[in-house]
Amino acid sequence: MTYDERLQQVAVLGAAGKMGSGILLLTAVEMADISLKPENKGKTFVLNAIDLSDEGLAGLMDYLRAQVLKIAEKKTIQLRQLYADRTDLIENYDIIDQYVNDVLKLVRPTTAMETAYHANLVFEAVTENKALKVKILKQIDEHNPNKPWVFTNTSSVPIHLIESEAGLNGRVLGFHFYNPPAVQKLVELIVTKSTDPQMNQFALDYAKALRKVVVPSNDIAGFIGNGHFMRDAIYGINQALELAGDRPLPEAIYMVNKVSQDFLVRPMGIFQLIDYVGIDVVQFIMKVMNPHMQDEDLHSDLLDQMIALSVKGGQMSSGAQKDGFLKYEKGFITAVYDPTQKAYISLESFSGKCDQKLGELPENYKPWKAAVRIADKDSHFIPYFEAMKLSDGFGAKLAVKYGKNSDAIGRKLVSDGVANNHNDVNTVMLTGFFHAYGPVNNYFA
Amino acid sequence: MPKKLYMTAGYNTISMGTGRKEFNPKKERPGIEHYISEAGKGVVKQIGDAAKIDETVIGNFMAARFNKQAHLGGFAALVDDQLENKPSLSVEGACASGGLSLISAMRSVLSESADVVLSLGVEVQNTVKAIYGADILAGAGWFKNRKTGHAYFFPGQFSDRAGVYYEKYGYDYARNGMKQWFVNAMEHARLDPDAQENHNTNPDLAGSYDKMKPNGKAFVEHLNVLDCSKVSDGASGIIVASEQGLQKLGIAKSQAVEIAGWAQVTRNITKDPIDPVELTTIKKAAEQALAKAGITIDQVATVETHDCFSIAGLLAVEALGLAEKGKGAEYVAAGNTARNGAMPMNTTGGLIGWGHPTGATGVHQAVTIWQQLTGNAGQAQLNLPADRPYGLTINMGGDDVTVVAIVYKRG
Repeated sequence: MTYDERLQQVAVLGAAGKMGSGILLLTAVEMADISLKPENKGKTFVLNAIDLSDEGLAGLMDYLRAQVLKIAEKKTIQLRQLYADRTDLIENYDIIDQYVNDVLKLVRPTTAMETAYHANLVFEAVTENKALKVKILKQIDEHNPNKPWVFTNTSSVPIHLIESEAGLNGRVLGFHFYNPPAVQKLVELIVTKSTDPQMNQFALDYAKALRKVVVPSNDIAGFIGNGHFMRDAIYGINQALELAGDRPLPEAIYMVNKVSQDFLVRPMGIFQLIDYVGIDVVQFIMKVMNPHMQDEDLHSDLLDQMIALSVKGGQMSSGAQKDGFLKYEKGFITAVYDPTQKAYISLESFSGKCDQKLGELPENYKPWKAAVRIADKDSHFIPYFEAMKLSDGFGAKLAVKYGKNSDAIGRKLVSDGVANNHNDVNTVMLTGFFHAYGPVNNYFA
Repeated sequence: MPKKLYMTAGYNTISMGTGRKEFNPKKERPGIEHYISEAGKGVVKQIGDAAKIDETVIGNFMAARFNKQAHLGGFAALVDDQLENKPSLSVEGACASGGLSLISAMRSVLSESADVVLSLGVEVQNTVKAIYGADILAGAGWFKNRKTGHAYFFPGQFSDRAGVYYEKYGYDYARNGMKQWFVNAMEHARLDPDAQENHNTNPDLAGSYDKMKPNGKAFVEHLNVLDCSKVSDGASGIIVASEQGLQKLGIAKSQAVEIAGWAQVTRNITKDPIDPVELTTIKKAAEQALAKAGITIDQVATVETHDCFSIAGLLAVEALGLAEKGKGAEYVAAGNTARNGAMPMNTTGGLIGWGHPTGATGVHQAVTIWQQLTGNAGQAQLNLPADRPYGLTINMGGDDVTVVAIVYKRG
């Protein structure tokens, strides 16, 4: 089966979800581009968008139309060539409209999983729950005569477990997009010992067509991205609990969040990142990973406590941030949750005191937005962190410890055999997490 | 000239669009009626009484598509109640619509049906994304060529001209001239608070230009976006009057410019240019206008030319006879068209720097020359030599199809 033939019959499971909708969009566009090639004229291309939620599917189609329109407007120059023989399409407007139509007509929104029984290729983006994934994939595979290839978007479940439990035998690989898939350039690619090499090649070709940066990760729970993030989160949480010995927990959370964002020049502080991903999702990923960890415990009582109190973070369907550890108003953090009082404590009441305790940032500080654009990162970060190491400030000392730990996590991912080299770890954190510098560096030595 | 004609009381709105700090494409903005009204009121304020206006002409290219609004003559009364129940009409000739508005006003005065005419030009283009705006502006060409044309149709046309220029005279040679044209446009625009690029603070204009290599995959093959005029919302207005009209307004000749000569030339829109590196219609129009004025280009102190693209600026330099064919790039690169050069051109930034509200541009050019010749140009004011009391405007519609050339003399 050629690349084009493989993409004639595709299904996305969990298509209305945050990840599924992005995967659907990218795949629909790629399939449409292939279907418009002269040699594919007259062939049928079908993309089943499968989800349990009717409401979600209706919203999905709105999202899809809006996104495909934007994509078409950006590549009109190429589209005019693609439709050169269509004498009825003259203005850009005509051409863009036709392209949107040509993409959307491939997509069949449905709640019926049976539609995946004809697929050559299945993208799985359902909830991060191994038993559910296995159940669905097993059912599809048993009813599908095409021996479909399965691309799972799991961010933590070892692929070989899905493979063996669903009976997929060499026909599943991990193709882990980052959120949101339409924007994020990174894909972690995870194969098992028995993955069909042709399927691996197809995955690379597909990623290239989508202009993604592929980082291979070995099949160890959590892979590279979550392998770093979850350990980093545990460190941050524990750091806050330690600081809470001398002060209320909300103040400690605020301080650690600030250290990890401002002092370490990251796009978000660690507690904001946990909220962004969802406290429940983080808890879940840790639960999936933890049994596979040899000498460490990836578990946090504080996360459990938050979930029990129904404080979960995550995002609304509009993309707005829900409240979690932190409270957000118009994108700004305004308060921190106190699980003892079961209430948000306004920043105004304590941030000044905490900022004073943390002390000043080094003089050569540049915020993340500016630092991320610097081409020669060492030229900025070596002197920046040198200055930090020389500082007696409380925040500076916390940050140096934090940075050292992040570096150690990165190195461990390589020594544990998750990542092939330090560079791959750094690529994941730079492209998938938008860090301004890779975690494996010599800044904190 | 059969009868003396004057222009006075010029007014420009801000040229609004990317580049202006206050421009936010996501927020609702004033519509076309606002711009017509503001420009008209700006003129009326200077003459004191709208009752003295006999007629209004509005130049506009594509409000019917940009704003879903035609029949612009009906907006004259928004300027002032006194214009109600008086003649008012709109004229169209693509990007030369403004020039046609001036000429139409002049014709009314010459035919003695009016002594004072309000000539306006207006375009509000930021209503659609650039990719759809390109469709609308492509209406300035022959529609039968649209299918085979570039997504960005007019940039595509002038990119083709630039490509031939590069081939004939050398890429670096040509780009150097075009770069200087861009640098002048920005530096001149910084001197006019109404210019779209007035807020431009780029400390290294030439460096930015060099970095941005033309890329056919993202835009057109031979031009970058810095070679292009702006997408603008704006309007301009000016009074065209007879000698009696000027007296009626009580405006001194020193505050007016005299129309010394003018020409309007139109070539066949269905035919390709005879020579891609020559603007033949501009050449004819400029020659005719200068001949009518009885002067040569050497007597002109400053020129406003239609630089919808930097290459059009270079080709106009050649068409006007300021440089020989193929020498325009050298002439511009040497600084001759900068405000302190031998022939200051586009002294408030031109279409690339001031902005290009298409239907308003012809009138805006007249306003700029009026400002310069009457000492009303503010920071952009040139020190004009006494022995060269003339200014010239070249307003082009489409790919050198409709051209209006006007020679102005200090009043």
